[in-house]
Amino acid sequence: MSKSTLRNLLQRDARADRVVPPTGYTAHLTLFVSGAMAFLAVFALALSLASGRLADRWATELAGAATLRINAPTEQLAAQTDAALTVLGQTPGVASARALTAEEQAALLSPWFGADLPLDTLPVPQLIEIVEGEPGLDAAGLRLRLGAEVPGAVLDDHTRWREPLVDAAMSLRRLGWVAILLIGSATAAMITLAANASLAANAQIIEVLRLIGARDSFIARAFVRRFTFRAFFGAVVGVLFGLTGVLLLPEASDEGGFLTGLGFQGLGWLLPALIPVLGAGVAFLATWAAASRKLKELS
Amino acid sequence: MIELENVSYTYGDGELLSDVSLQLQPGSFHFLTGPSGAGKTTLLKLCYGALLPTSGRLSAFEQDVARLGRDDMALLRRRIGVVHQDCRFLDHMTLAENVALPLMVSGQAESAQKEDLKELLNWVGLGTRLDSRPPELSGGERQRAALARAVILSPDVVLADEPTGNVDWEMSQRLLRLLVELNRMGKTVLIATHDLSLIRAAKSRVQARVLRISQRQIQLAGADL
Repeated sequence: MSKSTLRNLLQRDARADRVVPPTGYTAHLTLFVSGAMAFLAVFALALSLASGRLADRWATELAGAATLRINAPTEQLAAQTDAALTVLGQTPGVASARALTAEEQAALLSPWFGADLPLDTLPVPQLIEIVEGEPGLDAAGLRLRLGAEVPGAVLDDHTRWREPLVDAAMSLRRLGWVAILLIGSATAAMITLAANASLAANAQIIEVLRLIGARDSFIARAFVRRFTFRAFFGAVVGVLFGLTGVLLLPEASDEGGFLTGLGFQGLGWLLPALIPVLGAGVAFLATWAAASRKLKELS
Repeated sequence: MIELENVSYTYGDGELLSDVSLQLQPGSFHFLTGPSGAGKTTLLKLCYGALLPTSGRLSAFEQDVARLGRDDMALLRRRIGVVHQDCRFLDHMTLAENVALPLMVSGQAESAQKEDLKELLNWVGLGTRLDSRPPELSGGERQRAALARAVILSPDVVLADEPTGNVDWEMSQRLLRLLVELNRMGKTVLIATHDLSLIRAAKSRVQARVLRISQRQIQLAGADL
């Protein structure tokens, strides 16, 4: 399709638009479908963006840290902790390493055992927090060295549980995009059906136009313009309702976790504005294809 | 201008026209007669490309109609004005809009349309019915409006399919006068009609060739008409 054809198809011509009567259930169907689909698309977009943010946050927050656990008899715990800190201090890729205080360890355990836990009476392992630096931690090499010098040390670089979490968030993001694609496809299918119904209902008008010398592009234009503008306005209404729904969601908070972070952030609020444009584009292509196909069937 | 060479047309199992040859020369006037169902409308449809021959050659303005693309076919139809028996108006549009449709589809400016339209509708005697809807018009008014729509692009050829089929004698004479006037302006006219009195009435006004379709073939009619 050339640029001039595209321009002609979209250029408003009130007289030409009157050729096809602006009535029929297809008008309401197109408005409703594009509105409903745009509403759903806003939520799919919000879900996708929120999942992406979550995946990024989990990946960055956990990627630069590791934990060393010293499991040793109480009398050897301090010596092994010192040995471990010495090893860590000599290891490339370790920016800093520090042993957690008894209070910090008690705070970590308190959600499970309560705040009044007598930690000093229990054989609790010593935790060492490691902050990764350049050129990055060689976890396998560090484990070998610790195995030789600190027998009770267990290195946890968080990979084991970081990766599934990030994978889950990325999958959720992909699902969001798949949902948007499905919404677009369903919109195209519904508008194609509506356009076909409209073309069939106006077959006699199309025949008259052909007989008096109308080109296919002229006839297609009347239908394409109408469906494109209907889809656009329907989608605008759907997006407004969708954004209202997103605004009514609770503010993001640590207590609420993932479910309270579903809205848009920053420039992300502008992205839903693309939905009516994309909806109109989908309607334009669907109607143009349906009209071209139908007109070729006629003499 | 329009030429059929050994044209046959078959629909389903039945052959409607068989080995028909016909030439419409520029500025000529033709009547096409024959009983109902003889194939008059089929022949007219072949002439304006609504049907294509099953065999034989159909050319219009030195173009092989069977080889024309869809856009070229549209351009060809702008050079052939057709008055359909059932007029084929768009009922949701006014008379003026219906008559102006060919101008609209050919992309002519609205200002030019208004002047041409008013002049044309006065010529067919419908200058006061511009805003009427087709269902509000009488049979004669509809036929005159259909004639106005057929000639608004100043086509080279005017084809009329039973233009006087639904009107009284006085109105049929009025339509005939308009068609004769068009012929005097240089238009080629072909009228399909089973109304022999119309053909007789035309004899004194125009030199017309009368063709008769009989048994799927076309013949020059004798002096018995």
